[in-house]
Amino acid sequence: MNIKDMSIIISGFGGQGALFAGILLCHAAVVEGKHTTWFPAYGAEMRGGAVNCAVNISDDEIPSPVIDEADAVIALNDASQAKFEHKVKKGGFMIINSSLSHIPTTRKDINYIRIPFNDLAQKLTQPAFVNVMALGALIEKTGILKIESIIEVMKDMSKKVSAKKAALLPNNIESLHFGVSVMKNQPAAV
Amino acid sequence: MAKVLVKGNEAIAQAAINAGCQCYFGYPITPQSEIGEYMGAHLPELGRTFITAESELASINMVIGAGTTGTKAMTSSSSCGIALMQEAISAMCCAEVPGVIVSVMRGGPGLGNIAPAQGDYFQALKGGGNGDYKTVVLSPSTVQEAIDLTYRAFHLALKYRNPVMLLADGILGQMMEPAEFGEYPYDDPDVSTWALDGANNRPARNIVSLHMPEGAMEALTNRIFEKYEKIAQEETTFEGYKLEDAKLVLTAFGTVGRIAKAAVNKAREKGMKVGLFRPVTLFPFPEKQLQETAKNTDMILDLELNKGQMLLDVRSAVFGACPVEFFGRTAGGLLTPDMIMKKIEELYSKLGTKTEAGVN
Amino acid sequence: METLVYKRPESLLKDGHFTFCPGCGHGVILRIIAELIDEYNLQKDTIAISSVGCSIFLEKFFNLDVAGASHGRSPCVATGIKRCKPDKFVFTYQGDGDAATIGFNETIHTACRGEHITTIMINNTNFGMTGGQASSTTLVGQVTTTTPKGRKAELTGYPLHAAEIVAKCEGTAYSARVAITTSKNIRQAKEAIRKAFETQIKGLGYGFVEVLAACPTNWHLTPVESIERIDDIIEKVHPLGVFKDVTALEKA
Repeated sequence: MNIKDMSIIISGFGGQGALFAGILLCHAAVVEGKHTTWFPAYGAEMRGGAVNCAVNISDDEIPSPVIDEADAVIALNDASQAKFEHKVKKGGFMIINSSLSHIPTTRKDINYIRIPFNDLAQKLTQPAFVNVMALGALIEKTGILKIESIIEVMKDMSKKVSAKKAALLPNNIESLHFGVSVMKNQPAAV
Repeated sequence: MAKVLVKGNEAIAQAAINAGCQCYFGYPITPQSEIGEYMGAHLPELGRTFITAESELASINMVIGAGTTGTKAMTSSSSCGIALMQEAISAMCCAEVPGVIVSVMRGGPGLGNIAPAQGDYFQALKGGGNGDYKTVVLSPSTVQEAIDLTYRAFHLALKYRNPVMLLADGILGQMMEPAEFGEYPYDDPDVSTWALDGANNRPARNIVSLHMPEGAMEALTNRIFEKYEKIAQEETTFEGYKLEDAKLVLTAFGTVGRIAKAAVNKAREKGMKVGLFRPVTLFPFPEKQLQETAKNTDMILDLELNKGQMLLDVRSAVFGACPVEFFGRTAGGLLTPDMIMKKIEELYSKLGTKTEAGVN
Repeated sequence: METLVYKRPESLLKDGHFTFCPGCGHGVILRIIAELIDEYNLQKDTIAISSVGCSIFLEKFFNLDVAGASHGRSPCVATGIKRCKPDKFVFTYQGDGDAATIGFNETIHTACRGEHITTIMINNTNFGMTGGQASSTTLVGQVTTTTPKGRKAELTGYPLHAAEIVAKCEGTAYSARVAITTSKNIRQAKEAIRKAFETQIKGLGYGFVEVLAACPTNWHLTPVESIERIDDIIEKVHPLGVFKDVTALEKA
């Protein structure tokens, strides 16, 4: 994995926090002084349908925010898996939330990592966050950013939101660490 | 000042605030509603004016009111909303009223869709309003440039007493990337020589766009066109990227300009001499600069998210100096680096075979 | 001893002269406005907004700063000016084709926002400048160039009553309809416009005065017949009156 330069698509249904996970990644990239872009599919799709964003992180200037093929795709549900499977770069990987996707995979030239995020989330302090767990898994897998950068961003954000939301900071951090540990214990990709 | 991660629409709004925009008048429309939301959240607490107008007709005419007092004011909208403003933009050019209009293009024609597009090049540049007039049009390709050009838009509007449009698209409006705001870098001209503030110890002034006496309108238009000529002389800007040895030059504006840059990089990696010519000011269009570029290259490929609108200005500037090809998608179809790369490979293989190189 | 009974208002240009048709109401109303601006010593602080129609050439008559607006948009231009220069006196001068037809949406929203501006709307129940076509205020039965057999309600509906509708808006401080057909009601018209000016000066909200005015040329009547038409026919459809006055409410 070339960690100088990475393109990621995060996709799920509305409410799963796919867009927010992308924003967290970008903020953390800024913390580390990297170039980054975030481009959402916006509009009608924001209401219940598939929601996704394209994230670029690079040591160099990023000309195009639009991604042809991503190094990694996080698919938080089955529709996202179906929609973005063909958008993974050859040799890239797809993290699939296997709690919400049971459809078969179709490619031999990419790696699939199936993690039942929603089922695993039951073990954590509630509410737990599937999008943040997936982010932890992505970072553990790629090393594109430091996990501390994400935590720094979360802490910074929690200062700017309502007390109710800010109170969820520990849950977010727990979800993130859990995502990391799940990926660590993941068998070699198949 | 450190870089911050910021959404294009919000960057434009904050830049306008930094530029000293005292009034925002607007009407919501996707994909630019965040501009109005940002202004609604911030302007009142700064003691400035925010109004959600009853229509785009109303908002642009409120900008006119503010402009006649020499006050920095702005409106923003998208495609069909900008269509409603055309009468007023023509009137502003005629009456020489400054004002900033942000146009974040979506798919068209008609209500179209809310996806990114560049179908409003003609709308911005070739009118829709009546008569001989020109709107200064600035075209940002990154969030940083959106900030810098928002600053410039306010400055040029006052400097030339003309409407200035920031022509962005849904990609730039909705995307986030790190950018630095810095301070508003311009010294603005004194408006007290012309602005309306009551005829106090001076003759009464008027700022109107009806000029009935014989010859008056022609004389006025001639004078205003001298101003446009000055704008063309002094304000034309473009970005040239790897043009020096380019055999194939891509032309593109706005977000497509940066996507094309990615394609240039890919082509260069494969040893193809490809460059990019990206107009930053669309009026004034960098006509002479593109003409010079055309003389030193074998072919131009114009890329747009429309059916070929800037293409007319590109052809006009190139004026037969080299062949001009076009590749575009429309109404929400995006151009990606790979798509552009394919087109580059197709055209590049034809270069040097003179029989293929017809003009246009 | 001589008593000065007539003086040209300072707010009118010394070399300006009205170019309206004989018997037209515009001249009387412009003079009333100029007199009031003089009386309140507002000449140095006024910005007038002209509109499209016979109301357009304000800069040829007024010794005041004037901004021109596109058809129907004067209240928007006025809003922009007043929000930037809240200490200035800002009024729009519009016809019924402008304020009550193409621009009635703007009129209503300006009233609802309670903008501190004043609108004087001249209602001659037709588009005067373009040759006397039917407007939104045209009476049922009225012959115009676009209703040569008279306005038929079943085809084009009913006249719009601007002053009454504006009065319903919460941001309106004052709304009245006046006429200028007699010395008495010219004085009353001046008092109504004075009230509408004062509500702006006191920051009470939007002021609106609809003035019924003659358009002899397009009505194909003599000036005297035109005045009789207003008194005998138009006032029955567009009745005179004060429809809202927050200063009266305060006193009560």
